[in-house]
Amino acid sequence: MSYQKSKFHHPRLPVNDLGLTYRDYEGALSTLCAGCGHDAITSAIVQACFELSLPPHQVAKMSGIGCSSKAPNYFLNKAHGFNSVHGRMPSVTTGANLANRDLTYLAMSGDGDSASIGLGQFAHVVRRQLDMLYIVANNGVYGLTKGQLAATADKGVTNKTGELSLFTDIDLCVMALQLGATFVARSFSGDKKQLVPLIKAAISHQGFAFLDIVSPCVTFNNHASSTRSYDYVHEHITTAAVTDFIPVKKEITSDCQAGVCEDVCLHDGSLMRIHKLQADYSTNNAMKAINDIENHKQKGEILTGLFYLDPNGDSFHEINNSSDTPLNKLNQDVLCPGNRVLSSINDSFR
Amino acid sequence: MKNTDTSSYQHFLKVVDCQHACPAHTPVPEYIRLIAEKRYTDAYMINWQSNVFPGVLGRVCDRPCEPACRRSRVEDKPVAICRLKRVASDYKADIHSYLPTIPQQKNGKRVALIGAGPASMTVARDLVPLGYEVVIYERDALAGGMMRSQIPAFRLPETVLDEELSYILQMGVECHFGEEISSLANLLQAKFDAIFIGTGAPAGRWLEMPGHDLASAHIEVGINWLSNVSFKHTEAAPKRVVVLGGGNTAMDCCRTAKRLGASEVTVLVRSSFDDMKASPWEKEDAKAEGIIIKSDHTPIEYVMSGDKFVGVLFEKVSSSYDEKGKRTLVSTGETLLVECDLVLVAVGQDTAFPWIERDIGVKFNKWQQPELNQQTLQSTLEQVFFGGDAAFGPENIITAVANGHQAAISIDLFCHGKSAEQDRPEVGFNLISQKMGIHDWSYHSGISHEERNLVPHIPWEDAVKSLNTEVELGFDEKLALEEAHRCLNCDVHTVFNEKTCIECSACDDICPMDCINFVEVDEGLVNDASNILEKLRVKEVNPEQELLVSPALKTGHIMIKDEDVCLHCGLCAERCPTGAWDMKKLTIDNIGATIK
Repeated sequence: MSYQKSKFHHPRLPVNDLGLTYRDYEGALSTLCAGCGHDAITSAIVQACFELSLPPHQVAKMSGIGCSSKAPNYFLNKAHGFNSVHGRMPSVTTGANLANRDLTYLAMSGDGDSASIGLGQFAHVVRRQLDMLYIVANNGVYGLTKGQLAATADKGVTNKTGELSLFTDIDLCVMALQLGATFVARSFSGDKKQLVPLIKAAISHQGFAFLDIVSPCVTFNNHASSTRSYDYVHEHITTAAVTDFIPVKKEITSDCQAGVCEDVCLHDGSLMRIHKLQADYSTNNAMKAINDIENHKQKGEILTGLFYLDPNGDSFHEINNSSDTPLNKLNQDVLCPGNRVLSSINDSFR
Repeated sequence: MKNTDTSSYQHFLKVVDCQHACPAHTPVPEYIRLIAEKRYTDAYMINWQSNVFPGVLGRVCDRPCEPACRRSRVEDKPVAICRLKRVASDYKADIHSYLPTIPQQKNGKRVALIGAGPASMTVARDLVPLGYEVVIYERDALAGGMMRSQIPAFRLPETVLDEELSYILQMGVECHFGEEISSLANLLQAKFDAIFIGTGAPAGRWLEMPGHDLASAHIEVGINWLSNVSFKHTEAAPKRVVVLGGGNTAMDCCRTAKRLGASEVTVLVRSSFDDMKASPWEKEDAKAEGIIIKSDHTPIEYVMSGDKFVGVLFEKVSSSYDEKGKRTLVSTGETLLVECDLVLVAVGQDTAFPWIERDIGVKFNKWQQPELNQQTLQSTLEQVFFGGDAAFGPENIITAVANGHQAAISIDLFCHGKSAEQDRPEVGFNLISQKMGIHDWSYHSGISHEERNLVPHIPWEDAVKSLNTEVELGFDEKLALEEAHRCLNCDVHTVFNEKTCIECSACDDICPMDCINFVEVDEGLVNDASNILEKLRVKEVNPEQELLVSPALKTGHIMIKDEDVCLHCGLCAERCPTGAWDMKKLTIDNIGATIK
């Protein structure tokens, strides 16, 4: 077993604006099963952060419990990180974001962590519009406890041991759309061409960004009757639109042809360029997105891509009118102004 | 873009750059692994089979393997392959029991070898164990050829040479030392089944320029002078010596002159310092011993003052290059007189075949080189074969050895009434999985990040005092093991099976060198290489290195692996959930005539 990846890298590796190569965004060597989709997500996150030239120390990696929640250890080892309690990552992230709104919050969760034990936490963090990227690595099974069916497994499928999925699956994208998320997308760990631009856009998006990533469990859910196996997903994946992410600094070289292509400007000035593959595709209709997802599911297809984007939606801090200066940068006098202010607050209730 | 043919060894051999670059295709990573396991005798025998003179070559090989070493593409310097070969030779146990048994019953075929240099000795090594009676004719008193006469003992101790020659001579070779063949026509009468000519390139070139005849008492051809030193006919050098030329012979001349008492030794060469033909390490060692090397100087005259020899007059030149990189020397008009007592001319050497009659069937080309079949080394007279410098002009020891092996195969076929070309045996190869467990390999797959180790040497001030004391000390065991671990095991190949790949991308995610690519091929552009290369993780590929291209996978994508900087760390195969990648060791049975 190799516990080490060589520090040698390709001599002609490109560097980003910070002079870093993508290798500088890596973490520890993964201990997940060989072929785990989560490792591909890790690699896509590394690539996205490299391409965005994010300073690693200004990122906080948040996670709960599960295979997916181990993954943050495998990327951005120079970033901050918090591996929290099962299903409670949203609360911890809310607290962290309150204390320091200047960091980029990159959260990684799984179907168990978000759709079972943490479903309540998930619902409320969407409602809160917390400025974060919430990734769910969705494989439809509890891999860490040997492959029981998860709440996101399609009704009627069986797990590796033949256990039938009796209940309706929870679609986290549909939930996020219902609860007002301003960036909702689904992708596949095996499609980095789609995944990397989506992660970049989701990080650049101000507000709550949700990204559900079908990530096959190679050990417990890659069998013939699975709807989350590599082969099944490769065969049943469908995309309504191809999205490119164009960062602020990059010159836009080609025209966007009306009807086929649409540019959406994100809060920071970067662009999402959307090449429509289906004529009726739109980014600004959450209800239609829910319909599309369900329609494709009924046909046995997995719809991927950007479902909904509202670049101007309010985020948590705007809704709460919170301080522009992160709380951790305010000094004691401002944070705790003393008796005089307390009395005036108390007086206002009298 | 063509799929790589993985049914033959060609692609895989090219990946083992060192082995591919070695004319004798020595399995370099294999013997370095054995050194890392302290199995020095085994490492020596692997070498002995391919290159016959591991102890000699571990010191004085031209090392085509080292510039080829993949390590120099991922960090500064290649593995010290040549030095490790010497380690195998230094630390081996007695190898006599490993040597082939010589059949008592001979096969009735007699072969004459002319010259006892590396090429002929290799032919003897290959043919005697097969039952041939081999007769060697050598004009010098001892075997070894240029290894003895042209390489000074401070680089190659006589004991090392004698030992490795003795392994072959002890097999039972009829030797005629001090016997120069003066007529091939006569030898052809002597009822040999085949004759091998390995007479080297014994004619050193003179430099014809004004003053040559008058100054001739003060001018010597470098290789002749070195030979005289080697056979103790020359035992001193005058105070001031000028060496003309910039190759390894020039380096040997200047360093030898210094040891024979010359205090001012200057090497002058027409080219720039960087363009000198000498190996970089030879130049460094010469400079370290206090030799002055003056580049960009063309000799124009041997200068006499009356009857007295003064020295050599040079013109200073500069090298200019055209677009094709062709060099022309441009005069600067400046001249320089270097006063000296002896001039050693080391500007090249040629083959000499005055003893081969031109009417006996051996055809020569316009450069007076024999016309040979490049592969079989057979001349136009079917029972006469050539090898080493005699075949194609001056090369090096390892090329002579490689020629010897090829000629031995040809002679063996010829003596059995077969065609040396058509009936030549196929090169056998095998790819064997190195998997020992789920994440366990039979080789050390971890990558050492150590830098190249320098070989220890005796103090330079002591070095120049003794003609026969070897300058380099060789690696001690600690350095040897550290250096051996730098080898990237390039002979353990990443072999891909597209049928079992599920396209999970685990391999291309883990690869530390960004070698692996899964590429979507646009419709109708399968043959458009530039379109496909544009999609690689690192687009700038090394044109010298081939890509491993798979047939289409289930999704229609293709796998392209850029072999250029692969570390052979095995992570791709460890991460593959379906065993579509495997680490397989290539073995090549490339020296067909030798003992199996």
